[in-house]
Amino acid sequence: MNARHPGPTTDRYRLEQMDADADLMVLNFGPQHPSTHGVFRIKLILDGEVVVRAIPYAGYLHRGVEKLLEKLTFAQGVPIVDKNDYVSPMTNEQALVMAFEKLLKIEVPRRARWMRTIFAELQRVASHMLWLGTFALDMGGALGGGSGVFIYTFRERDYILDLFEMVTGGRFHYNTHTIGGNRHDIPAGWDREVFKVLDLIESRLPEYEAMSSNNAIFVARTKGVGVIDKDLALGLGLTGPILRASGVPFDLRRDAPYHAYDELKVNVATATAGDCQARAQVRVAELRESIRLVRDGLAGLPAGGINGGKPIKMPQQFKAMAGQAYVGIDTPRGELGTFVVAGGGDKGTAPYRCKIRAPSLHALSALPWILPGHTVSDVVVILGSLDPIMGEVDR
Amino acid sequence: MQGLLRGLVYGGLIITVLMTATAWGMWLERKLAARMQSRIGPNVVGKFGLLQPVADLMKLLQKEEIYPIGADRLLFDLAPFLVTTFAIATAAVVPFSADAVGADLDVGILWVLALGGLMVIPVWMAGWASNNKFALIGGMRAVAQSISYGVPLVLTSLVAVVFTGTMSLSGMVKFQIAHGWLALWPPGPGVIAFLLFYMALLAESNRIPFDIPEAESELVAGITTEYTGMKFGLLYVGEYVHTMVGSAIAAVIFLGGWDGPFHIASGLHWMVIKTVALFASVYWVRWSLLRFRSDQLMRLCWVYLVPLSVGLVIFAALWRHFVLS
Amino acid sequence: MDGNLASSGGTQAQAWMAAVGFVLFSMVIAATMLGAAKLFAVRSKNPGSLRDRPYECGEEPVGETHIQFHPRYYVVALFFVLFDVEAAFLFPWALVLSKLGVAGLVLMAVFMAVLMLGWLYALKKEALRWQ
Repeated sequence: MNARHPGPTTDRYRLEQMDADADLMVLNFGPQHPSTHGVFRIKLILDGEVVVRAIPYAGYLHRGVEKLLEKLTFAQGVPIVDKNDYVSPMTNEQALVMAFEKLLKIEVPRRARWMRTIFAELQRVASHMLWLGTFALDMGGALGGGSGVFIYTFRERDYILDLFEMVTGGRFHYNTHTIGGNRHDIPAGWDREVFKVLDLIESRLPEYEAMSSNNAIFVARTKGVGVIDKDLALGLGLTGPILRASGVPFDLRRDAPYHAYDELKVNVATATAGDCQARAQVRVAELRESIRLVRDGLAGLPAGGINGGKPIKMPQQFKAMAGQAYVGIDTPRGELGTFVVAGGGDKGTAPYRCKIRAPSLHALSALPWILPGHTVSDVVVILGSLDPIMGEVDR
Repeated sequence: MQGLLRGLVYGGLIITVLMTATAWGMWLERKLAARMQSRIGPNVVGKFGLLQPVADLMKLLQKEEIYPIGADRLLFDLAPFLVTTFAIATAAVVPFSADAVGADLDVGILWVLALGGLMVIPVWMAGWASNNKFALIGGMRAVAQSISYGVPLVLTSLVAVVFTGTMSLSGMVKFQIAHGWLALWPPGPGVIAFLLFYMALLAESNRIPFDIPEAESELVAGITTEYTGMKFGLLYVGEYVHTMVGSAIAAVIFLGGWDGPFHIASGLHWMVIKTVALFASVYWVRWSLLRFRSDQLMRLCWVYLVPLSVGLVIFAALWRHFVLS
Repeated sequence: MDGNLASSGGTQAQAWMAAVGFVLFSMVIAATMLGAAKLFAVRSKNPGSLRDRPYECGEEPVGETHIQFHPRYYVVALFFVLFDVEAAFLFPWALVLSKLGVAGLVLMAVFMAVLMLGWLYALKKEALRWQ
């Protein structure tokens, strides 16, 4: 932190005119930049290397997903949202499907709920693994130690994608969640493979921690950097690991249980510092917790059907009465909510409006508050610690 | 005139060997990094990918030369030329063996330090002339880092001068043959001085964890952002040559140069082994560590390394006075 | 061309000439590589296009690149000069140290102590902070 440039950015519009000041430099950080995690642009106003003001611009990856969902029937919408949070497609599907189920008042069988839990937690392991790698990449660069961590964690993520492939046949576009249950049951012997992968990842975790969160340089780069205090986190609607790292033990899995979380006890990892190091610690703790949850989930997986009611032949079969529903679930990035409004009548086969509450968008809204006072190098680290996925920010 | 001729002949020999070694050093680095990351590394061009540097050279030669709008064309062209020249010219005074030395100056260490210090100028030139903000910030960082780490570099080489009582590099080796390697002999301080010297050299040649001038996750490519083709290649090669020559100099000053446990002919092989080992260790470090922030690097230098190296100089003087004489 | 000139009776003047020759050769190498690039490099059919614009992450550059930096960066340069001049004094001292005796040691210790006092002052004043 730098004492000369404290405080948040308040008057946004005056900033644009500061360009004329001879001592300040205006630097476009992104969209085409190695470490903006996709296409994200921050306009940085620099005093030397210190950020005075930061103005984020999103929207470079806008694909009109929400509009698209209005044009497709309920069942057709599911594969569309896979691409929103492209690091964690499983949870995207779940958030959408659960909102539709709530709207259409469809019960999900117990086995399907447990399977969704297992998928969600496996996906969390994969997502946090990728985050750890890219975070190290932000700090160590593609031409340094960071790329080593990246390649290792990417490999572990790949094992999990292999597991998903065994179930769904896809590595990315799973389309395995249907309204009322799951499309694919898990194949025989799948649990053995899962245990094998989880054991492998768990045995390697200490090594990755030694290369990242326990590394002296890592600590020097993250400690006290990008502090989001409790008030700011709550005020901006931050959720997930970022909120938990700021000292708020809020986790939808525990506080508003869905799936099988009412039966599987979730230990919520928290930290109080609110800096990049705290966020890293929370995520690594969540990795371990997720591994445990998958193990418990597989051990207690109930038998039975995986699809509620009769099998669906035609997508148009789903007809909604006029009404609305909101479901929020805890994804690796925070609360992913789907708010769906149905018009009823003739138009009842598709949502009238579908709004997706993306946790990454809220995370990025913290940038103008926490960037000023940090150097350009810290911008990269702070951005990485927020773990934004531009696909879901811009939708 | 005889001297000039000798410089050209020896220069031709040494530079050719040096450039070849550097090209293969790049290949070695890529292979090492690949092994460290469970990859294969270059393996397509030639056996084991050994011809990869040649392929890279061919590619760089064909690339279009782009001058960014608003660039200072003269400085833009001059910078890579000077970087390479200075990097290679440093090798002039390095005694690879008792005979294989381009110019055995009696102030060899000053030659090394002077050329290392000059290196700042073309790097800043490149940063300024590109008319690019990333390059400019990279240039600023490079200047600050180079001149800051120049201080411990000068002071630790002063330690070597105090111990050996000579400024000629081959003189230092001869002293070490007689009294034992500097990194080993005054048991603690010698190795500290060696590590400091080597660290400062790393900082001068912009290697992780001292690579903030071209921190690609922050500054895209730092000073080389706007460079294309062979001009980029020269900046790149300049850094590798700098690292290679720096390894050789560290081997000469602190690791006894061509001295070794047993002797074959001129001892050139010892020098080669030491240089390559140091060179590889740079990349070992590079591919395992994360990067410091610029102000942390400056702090590390000015708050810890500078007083430490001043202390080492004083220790060396006392040692010289009370033990050696 | 046998053996080490400086040690086998050759003068330092010759060694310096050799150094000049070495530098000349390295210049030739660098120039050759640049020249070869001029020869082989492809040329754009429409120079001066959008591609020649300085890279700023795909956005149109806003504001000046060549701005005035804050003078605090200058302080680092000042310190460098200070310590390097000190080192320039120390090199000749180091060479004749064995002939100077205790007096040489004491004098240089005083000199260094003064320098380090200045360093301590700068440290206290936070002048050594780079940001």
